[in-house]
Amino acid sequence: MTNTETHASTERSAHSGDATLKVATARHYGQWIVTTVLIVIAAVIVNSLLTNPRYQWDVVFRYFRDVQVVNGLVTTIVLTVIAMAVGIVIGVLVAVCRGSKNRSVVAAALAYAGFFRGTPLLVQLIFWFNLAALYPVLSIGIPFGPTLVSGAANTLLTPYVAAILGLGLNEGAYMSEIVRAGLQSVDPGQTQAAQALGMRKSQVFRRIVLPQAMRVIIPPTGNQAISMLKTTSLVSVIAIPEILFRVQEIYSRTYEVIPLLITVSLWYLVVTAVLSTGQFYLERHFKRGDSRIQGRSLLATLRAGVIPRRAKVTTEGGRE
Amino acid sequence: MTATPMVEANRVHKYYGSNLVVRGIDLTVAEGEVLCLVGPSGSGKSTFLRCINHLEKVDAGTISVAGELVGYREHNGRLRELRDSEIAKRRSEIGMVFQHFNLFPHMTVLENLIEAPVRVRREKPTEAIERGQALLTRVGLADKADAYPRSLSGGQQQRVAIARALNMRPKLMLFDEPTSALDPELVGEVLDVMRGLAADGMSMIVVTHEIGFAREVANTVAFMDDGVIVESGPPAQVLGDPRHERTRSFLAKVLS
Repeated sequence: MTNTETHASTERSAHSGDATLKVATARHYGQWIVTTVLIVIAAVIVNSLLTNPRYQWDVVFRYFRDVQVVNGLVTTIVLTVIAMAVGIVIGVLVAVCRGSKNRSVVAAALAYAGFFRGTPLLVQLIFWFNLAALYPVLSIGIPFGPTLVSGAANTLLTPYVAAILGLGLNEGAYMSEIVRAGLQSVDPGQTQAAQALGMRKSQVFRRIVLPQAMRVIIPPTGNQAISMLKTTSLVSVIAIPEILFRVQEIYSRTYEVIPLLITVSLWYLVVTAVLSTGQFYLERHFKRGDSRIQGRSLLATLRAGVIPRRAKVTTEGGRE
Repeated sequence: MTATPMVEANRVHKYYGSNLVVRGIDLTVAEGEVLCLVGPSGSGKSTFLRCINHLEKVDAGTISVAGELVGYREHNGRLRELRDSEIAKRRSEIGMVFQHFNLFPHMTVLENLIEAPVRVRREKPTEAIERGQALLTRVGLADKADAYPRSLSGGQQQRVAIARALNMRPKLMLFDEPTSALDPELVGEVLDVMRGLAADGMSMIVVTHEIGFAREVANTVAFMDDGVIVESGPPAQVLGDPRHERTRSFLAKVLS
């Protein structure tokens, strides 16, 4: 029982009493300095948030559950969901067209993606909104032949229709690239094996290729959904009462610009957090079969990431 | 007594671009026969095998399986390619095992086995599961039914792939270098399963580099080089006393 042995205990060996050598944790002094600096910066920010009266936190939270604001939020969420749904459907269709054997189909898909990715969304939205100026009457009929149905563009293209068209068509162009990358990530051997078992092309796509492509498709799509949530604020320019439009209405009356912008930002943050959680569980679902860390909840994963030394790599999954 | 042969190939040609990789193959496999195709890589063996279930389109010549043309039908003296659903139906009667297993990684072993019977044949899942479990027992993997493919060794994956093909109750099994991607110590377990299948009277065409397996199990061995069958016959003759110089030099390299 000498001094050297007490010293050894700090290196995690004497406690267990066995003779095997233990690994001493290296000390990273740089990390301590960085952490200290970050804590000081955080303290400065929090202090200023709490002590600067011009933030008007009472106003921020008074309007947080205001009927106007909440109605606007609902409109924002509905627009996000519909535009993403339209975008995903178009994206899958266009991605499949990109892989077609028919060259004119491929060219059409390329032209679509090129046009909608190459022009500003704001311009597209205003364009759809003002389509009546270009085509006062819209009709469905045989090209260069008789007309079957027609109606005034102003009554058909309401601001909501213009917004969905603008957001959805634009999103479809981006989603088509994401879906295409996902489809290309699947080993061609998978298609061959499925075909050899007698599956039809549509079955191979739905049951074998698409589920595997989802692993690659989901993360950027979650990103797109979060981006779309905030992009919907652009439709305030065509007078759709989404959340930003609502608070603009309010602060043009009350001049409480900063607090109301904080109110919207807080709502955007809340919804983004919800979307991110959904993305986490979707990703986990589509990763089944290739993950060694299976069935972990979001909290458990966060904890494992924050406190890495406690993280345990499960070996149940076996080989890679 | 002339039974319809299981496979009958007539003057089969196949191009890749302007490259003629299969140059006129004639071949017959009787029911219950095991044919081993051997030869150097690039000789067109695998390409020809994939023509048999129309994974590759034949450019000239015909292949029929159990008396039916694969991928085409005859119409006024011309061959028309079949529709997707008809091709799929004919393929469902031919099992195929790939060099790289190609199990569906997002499904468990049992789900891999029942996918085609349930989706293609519209069988009741309970029936497909029952048969699937029996097949897993037969290939020695009864305890792996709920495992995902990535957690299995190469040899185990290949045995699952064989069971998956067998669960469609095929008339014919095609093996495309089934042991080439395996670690040497895992080759035996896969060959054992194939030996058992042959003993049960399954018609099989096996593209392989396992000369020992061919000698032991095959009824016929065909040696291919440069897109043609150089010689074929009983294994003792083709592998033991080859007539052609090309066969002799290939065997000398492989067996050395």
